[in-house]
Amino acid sequence: MDSTQIRQLNEIISRWTGKPGALMPVLQEIQEKFGYIPEDAMKEVSAKLNIPLPEVYGVVTFYHFFSLKPKGKYKIQVCEGTACYVKGAKRVLEKFEEVLGIKVGDVTPDGKFSIESVRCIGACSHAPAVMINDQVYGRMNSEKVSQLIKTLK
Amino acid sequence: MAIIRTNVLICAGSACVSSRAYDFKTALLEALEEAGIKEEVNVVDTGCIGTCDLGPVAIVYPDGIFYVHLKPEDAKVIVNEHLLKGRVVNRLLYQQPMTKEVFPSLSEIDFIVRQKRIVLRNMGVIDPESIEEYIAKEGYQALAKALTMSPEDVIDTVKKSGLRGRGGAGFPTGLKWELTRKATGNPKYVICNGDEGDPGAFMDRSVLEGDPHSIIEGMMIAGYAVGASKGFFYVRAEYPLAIKRIENALEQARSYGLIGENILGTDFSFDIELRRGSGAFVCGEETALIASIEGGRGEPRPRPPYPANRGLWDSPTVINNVETLANISPIILNGAEWFSSTGTEKSKGTKVFALAGKVNNTGLIEVPFGTTLGEIIFDVGGGIPGGKKFKAAQTGGPSGGCIPAEYLDLPIDYESLKQIGAIVGSGGLIIMDEDTCMVDVARFFLEFTQSESCGKCPPCRVGTRKMLDILERIVNGEGEEGDIERLIELGEEIRRDSLCGLGQTAPNPVLSTIRFFRDEYEAHIREKRCPAKSCRALIAYQVIPDKCRGCGICARVCPVGAAQGKPREIYHIDTGLCIKCGDCFAKCPFGAIEKADLVLEKV
Ligand SMILES: Cc1cc2nc3c(=O)[nH]c(=O)nc-3n(C[C@H](O)[C@H](O)[C@H](O)COP(=O)(O)O)c2cc1C
Ligand code: SF4
Ligand code: SF4
Ligand code: FES
Ligand code: FES
Repeated sequence: MDSTQIRQLNEIISRWTGKPGALMPVLQEIQEKFGYIPEDAMKEVSAKLNIPLPEVYGVVTFYHFFSLKPKGKYKIQVCEGTACYVKGAKRVLEKFEEVLGIKVGDVTPDGKFSIESVRCIGACSHAPAVMINDQVYGRMNSEKVSQLIKTLK
Repeated sequence: MAIIRTNVLICAGSACVSSRAYDFKTALLEALEEAGIKEEVNVVDTGCIGTCDLGPVAIVYPDGIFYVHLKPEDAKVIVNEHLLKGRVVNRLLYQQPMTKEVFPSLSEIDFIVRQKRIVLRNMGVIDPESIEEYIAKEGYQALAKALTMSPEDVIDTVKKSGLRGRGGAGFPTGLKWELTRKATGNPKYVICNGDEGDPGAFMDRSVLEGDPHSIIEGMMIAGYAVGASKGFFYVRAEYPLAIKRIENALEQARSYGLIGENILGTDFSFDIELRRGSGAFVCGEETALIASIEGGRGEPRPRPPYPANRGLWDSPTVINNVETLANISPIILNGAEWFSSTGTEKSKGTKVFALAGKVNNTGLIEVPFGTTLGEIIFDVGGGIPGGKKFKAAQTGGPSGGCIPAEYLDLPIDYESLKQIGAIVGSGGLIIMDEDTCMVDVARFFLEFTQSESCGKCPPCRVGTRKMLDILERIVNGEGEEGDIERLIELGEEIRRDSLCGLGQTAPNPVLSTIRFFRDEYEAHIREKRCPAKSCRALIAYQVIPDKCRGCGICARVCPVGAAQGKPREIYHIDTGLCIKCGDCFAKCPFGAIEKADLVLEKV
């Protein structure tokens, strides 16, 4: 981590130090700021909040919201909630894998795209739905996947 | 100051926002500016109106004209035609999908007419970011009234109303409050459970986004009743809009002195903090949720002791679902009898459902207990799309079960659904048609609970794995005689021996589909056939020669070159290459591709 990141990290930690149940909100803010939880950040959190490192690690791996790896510039989240599943989400996910040549959970070598599977993004009425960064795309199908990737490339 | 002639309410619920409601709003504001009537027209955001699949939607008051599927370019037309000349723009009105009848006003459309809105009373009516509008709709009056009553009377009213928890278990809310009030220990806490773990449900999210003050008010009344002075919202981090609206509402309430010290001049003080969940299904379970607020891994612990006695930081804690809390203010204001006059004998009031899947009108609905599934699907939901046949509805998500067609006339309440092995659940309602394979749906839910098992207890962790393995074999055409019995046996074991509700209910989707669709399991196992023609391992795509016009579209969309042929001749599919993605099936303009049972070669 560079010096700005360290400063940001310390700012987050100090805001929550001393409050009960601080670990979760601290990790959430780190995830949001950096897009993942860097290893060094976990060590820092452990030291400053006086929580053993294995416990910090245990919390990070327990919740889906946290990731240990950085995501792609375009973070593709394919909904596999029930509404999307019964309307063909599986094929949509497959198509992203097909077009980008990576598997769910991975990032393209150029760091541009990552694919994740998520559960319900609140757009069940537009199932199958996909979220890329903060934008939702509804009623997806294979053809739309190919078109969408082209516009992002 | 100009006089406001017209109010345009734009739905700013998640579904509409995702279909670009804000682009429409920007265009509308520009068009108003251009027409020079910006001062006379009030444009406001509102919560989910319920008709999410028609989004983006907007209502123009005073006439209540309801516009659907709005695009930015429609803004100008609405301004020029409707707002300037008073002519309703017909092409943007709602059209009933079956009868093609056009309805200008929201309050006339069948989807709305059939509902009864208590929880959703303010959705599509007020701006969720405005405390003034909430107050204008009797907001915080229930709190004021409650503070003139004794805490015992408040509890008594909630008890008499018959309100039961909407988070899934249906525990009587008044009784829960009483237990917490009587528990010894200080301080006491109120938690609002907004974790909404069911993957395919968005009721709580919509209410938090659309009417945050009503939940705050409910929490405060709960706090007053049980003797707590601190409350926590626990909301999924994946719900950024809900979080933003709650934070905004908390700040407004604080600045109005509605939360804080000595509320409304009484000696009741109450404050609320928001904590975010981080996407673990098990954290919706109350003891896991509490562990998560305390800052650790959200793992459940055995009950008793119940949170009412030992909850957050070991203090007595009342934990209620979002929808439960949304019912509190109307009950206090209108009285227990008013509330209990709606519903069935043991299930009072209404239930909100997130209606999704294979149904025409998907969205958010609220109906009285006692409404039948058939009324929900066909009257409110407008039936099944594409002339397909209804097969089953799934309630209660991964903890729930299915309701098959023979129970379309069953009045829905806690008892009736329990009797047929389903549950009311928190409100997810997924409609499935003849193309949905029930074995695969069961597999889907089990895969979910398996991956969400916190791993603390072996029956849940290992048992669900074993069940999932069997189900995977079955959908892959490798099922064996005895698999169904093994599933039932494992399911009953897991139900009995798991520590928390996640494990105890995980087998439900499997057991319930076996109960009603055993023939589908048998077809997969014995004949290696998927009756819904959905399981890839058991079907083959083929061209129907009589229907094929040789357009070549299938060959163009096929990702692996399996659909082959010459233009204007009959195409065919090389089953050796075909990966069964179904793209050609979806795209053939002449319906010339069919799914056939795969005849497995017998060795
Ligand atoms: C695995 C599991 C997940 C749950 N998820 C939720 C949830 O997302 N929302 C909720 O309100 N209750 C959920 N519950 C139920 C809670 O444990 C608790 O009963 C409820 O919040 C109590 O509120 P109520 O009485 O108002 O329903 C879940 C229970 C289990 C076992
Ligand atoms: S898309 Fe349909 S009609 Fe066209 S060539 Fe293929 S099977 Fe024939
Ligand atoms: S199902 Fe998919 S892989 Fe098979 S022929 Fe059709 S398009 Fe090609
Ligand atoms: S299930 Fe996919 S958005 Fe809800
Ligand atoms: S989100 Fe707009 S109608 Fe539901």
